[in-house]
Amino acid sequence: MRPVFPFSAIVGQDEMKLALLLVATDPTIGGVMVFGDRGTGKSTAVRGLAGLLPSMKVVAGCRYGCDPTANGARCDECRARAAHGDTLKSVSAAVPVVDLPLGATEDRLVGALDLEKALTTGEKAFEPGLLARAHRGFLYVDEVNLLEDHLVDLLLDAAATGENVVEREGVSVRHPARFVLVGSGNPEEGELRPQLLDRFGLAVDVRTPKEIATRIDVIKRRDAFDRDPDAFLAHWSKTDAKVRRSLEKARSRVETLQVSDEILERAAALCSQLGTDGLRGELTLLRTSRAFAAYEGASEVTLAHLRRIAPLALRHRLRRNVLDDSGSTTRVERAIAELWGDVPASA
Amino acid sequence: MDFTEFLEPTLSDDVVEVRALDGPLLVAALLAVDPAGLGGALVDHPLHEQARAFTNAIQRLLPDHAPQRRVPIGVSADRLIGGVDLAATLSTGRLVSERGVLAAADGGVVVLPMCERVSVSVRTTLSEVLDTATVQVARDGIGATHDVRVVAVLLDESVEDEAVHPALVDRVAFRLNVRAAPDEEQVEAIRAQVHAARARLATVSVDDSWVTALCETTEAFGIDSVRAPLFALRCARAHAALAGRDAVANDDAEAAARMVLAPRATRVPVEPPPPPPPESAADETPPPEPPDQNTPPEPPPPENSSEEQAPENDENDAPDEQDAEQPLPSDADLLRAAVAAALPPGLLEQLMAKASAGGVQGRVGAEEQSLLRGRPRGARSGLPRGGARLHLLETLRAAAPWQKVRGRGPTDVVRSRVAIRREDFRIRRFVERTGTTVIFLVDASGSSALQRLSEAKGAIELLLAESYARRDRVSLIAFRGKGTEVLLPPTRALARAKKVLAAMPGGGGTPVALAIDAGLEQALATRRDGSVPLLVVLSDGRANIARDGSPGRPAAEKDAMAAAAAFAQFNVSALFVDTSPRGEPVARRIADAMRARYVLLPYADAKALGGLVRTAMQLADGGEGSR
Repeated sequence: MRPVFPFSAIVGQDEMKLALLLVATDPTIGGVMVFGDRGTGKSTAVRGLAGLLPSMKVVAGCRYGCDPTANGARCDECRARAAHGDTLKSVSAAVPVVDLPLGATEDRLVGALDLEKALTTGEKAFEPGLLARAHRGFLYVDEVNLLEDHLVDLLLDAAATGENVVEREGVSVRHPARFVLVGSGNPEEGELRPQLLDRFGLAVDVRTPKEIATRIDVIKRRDAFDRDPDAFLAHWSKTDAKVRRSLEKARSRVETLQVSDEILERAAALCSQLGTDGLRGELTLLRTSRAFAAYEGASEVTLAHLRRIAPLALRHRLRRNVLDDSGSTTRVERAIAELWGDVPASA
Repeated sequence: MDFTEFLEPTLSDDVVEVRALDGPLLVAALLAVDPAGLGGALVDHPLHEQARAFTNAIQRLLPDHAPQRRVPIGVSADRLIGGVDLAATLSTGRLVSERGVLAAADGGVVVLPMCERVSVSVRTTLSEVLDTATVQVARDGIGATHDVRVVAVLLDESVEDEAVHPALVDRVAFRLNVRAAPDEEQVEAIRAQVHAARARLATVSVDDSWVTALCETTEAFGIDSVRAPLFALRCARAHAALAGRDAVANDDAEAAARMVLAPRATRVPVEPPPPPPPESAADETPPPEPPDQNTPPEPPPPENSSEEQAPENDENDAPDEQDAEQPLPSDADLLRAAVAAALPPGLLEQLMAKASAGGVQGRVGAEEQSLLRGRPRGARSGLPRGGARLHLLETLRAAAPWQKVRGRGPTDVVRSRVAIRREDFRIRRFVERTGTTVIFLVDASGSSALQRLSEAKGAIELLLAESYARRDRVSLIAFRGKGTEVLLPPTRALARAKKVLAAMPGGGGTPVALAIDAGLEQALATRRDGSVPLLVVLSDGRANIARDGSPGRPAAEKDAMAAAAAFAQFNVSALFVDTSPRGEPVARRIADAMRARYVLLPYADAKALGGLVRTAMQLADGGEGSR
């Protein structure tokens, strides 16, 4: 296995790191779309985060990585075994990060008839695809805006329903596929369909660092990593472990954290001020501010939390306004200032 | 780059002075010293022989038996990244995978001719390879990851407005001309030295001050990419290794700045390098003085990293006064001078012009759009004839479940073969171009007399009949009162369209701005679907409802003009049919702002309008098709 650049060693790009940590805290937020320049460490951050995540329990021998504790979302095999009275042993496994290359074909994405078995033994067996491998982990699509439309449709369907239904070549399979979709892309190289964009919970813009000092740090760390990965990893393992601990704490806290009606009303007001369509924006605001409060170790979700994460959750949901060429982030911030005043309450 | 006084063995009999190497041979040597770190080179308009000699030189300088592979321009995905080995799969009856060109080149050189024209899939695959040194196969039932540690040689053969995609350019360290290609003797002479340098590379140290200096130089020349300084750093290290040094020295950093940074420069540093007399008026000397390259200034003490003054101001502020305090030129200044000296004459002006024109982006989006058309999309059942291509894997899949049954035929000889029947055949399906979509944007307000409305309806009906034959789609958006309404999303359904048309109501205000916005949105959605949009506006242009829905002519007109200007940015073909009795100046202004063809149609009969639309459609087809 090739060494992975440590998450905590990434210089700057705080917003992207925060967004990834938030979806890792609460996967139901629904994925991150990272827009940005070339060479800004988009894929590095995703891989780094996966390397840092605490391992998870899976049903031993399950090809779909089922959760031993979740009764609802299980694959047919596990359900059959459970119904049969078998105890499902669990083993721990690393959280998967699956790359979806642009050249992927449909059969590899959703899974297909196992050709070899079919040809040699005549057995109709299902060979799980990338969606199965990504279950309970991350599915990363670089340059998602260039992905073939029919693959995007399949992705969206699975991401929305949390399961993958395959009806091909006489195989009929359905298995859980809950994954955090992380897409990256450069908007200059092809537009993303609005339907796809809307499915991402959060959106971040990353820019090439401009300050010389930051750039020097980037280069030095990258060079140190390239030259001696082991020493570099050892050096950063402590800070990575710290992030991991905060993440674990946040995950355990997020379930019990309550969001007051007042915050919900504020979220609704912001969405209506910005004219975002549908309820997805509000729901994402709710979940994201809760995850952020949990990550910060707060006992309740406050307006300051909401303020901080609102641009992340809303900037890609604004209707395109050709007249207003100020960026969408500015528009969100302006709306926040109009509603809740200029001076941000201290977080 | 001159190449004549080449090879001066000075240090000892078998060590070549690195400073004497120049151009292609030095690039080849550096790539061979650090193939993983430097990625490759982009070669500007090479002649065939020279490109080959250059590539051969890299291959020869790499470890023994390094392969060399060429990626032909029309390469299929399965050959590029790997896929199913048809012959083996068929003869053995089990799925046999095959490595692609990239995996076969592992450890060697990949040549990409006409790299400005590669498809999206080839480009992204190559980007993945250069980033991760692997290629992931996830197609045709195969999931695998292959090592692809290669030096990429990209041959830029672009003409006129073509350009190599920035994502590719960004991922290789060098960009060069190969005018005089290294001959074999020259390559042989440095081969041992390159091998030794490769072994030594990991031990070459770099002082932090050089990292700082390279980053500052990168910034000063307006290079945004983070990869550029990283490449420069690696290049400096490889250069030091090649010269037999244990640490990066002035020469190495300068070579890196010259070879990696100079070709990437997008602007000339705003402030000139500090001239020797400290108090001189720096403002008066905008172009940096290229110093004589043969007498590089002595390296300063490496601790001299105090200059925080370096160009923080991206734009065009006055030169920094702290320069005056600097007794010696800093590392960054030396490198800056090296870069400036390496820039070809005339380039500076070009860069200035380019910067003021607002950058080099802008064409990429449109290009990708057209590439999206006609792309493969799965398979369907059918016979591979009449130009249809067989989708072998899907065919096998279709045949697979039946093998057990079919195998028991009268001849049991062919147990290992796959029995494929006619009904198993699958052919490749491609997304076809959906032709033109005509979007009618019809003013149904009170100011457009109801008679106009019926005329427009008549024209659309005529056009529908025609588009039925042409397989064009038609969409209908009406605007009146305070908003717009999509009466008919793009469709080919003639009957439905007629019904909607007949029922279209009229009366109310004229929200032109909102209408243009809605038309643009529809047009862009159409374009995303791979169809060519043509917008036909039928209105008198007399806007009286502003964008926010409030009445009032001045605000409404201002908004309409702004919407029209925004529309013009997207290059959508448009036709503005003025439906006022005598022609409305404001309609003409809006049409001009939209860059639409303006036609006055005082008393249009439907047939005349239909003819107009037809002409515009042909224009739209031609316009988009030629991009």
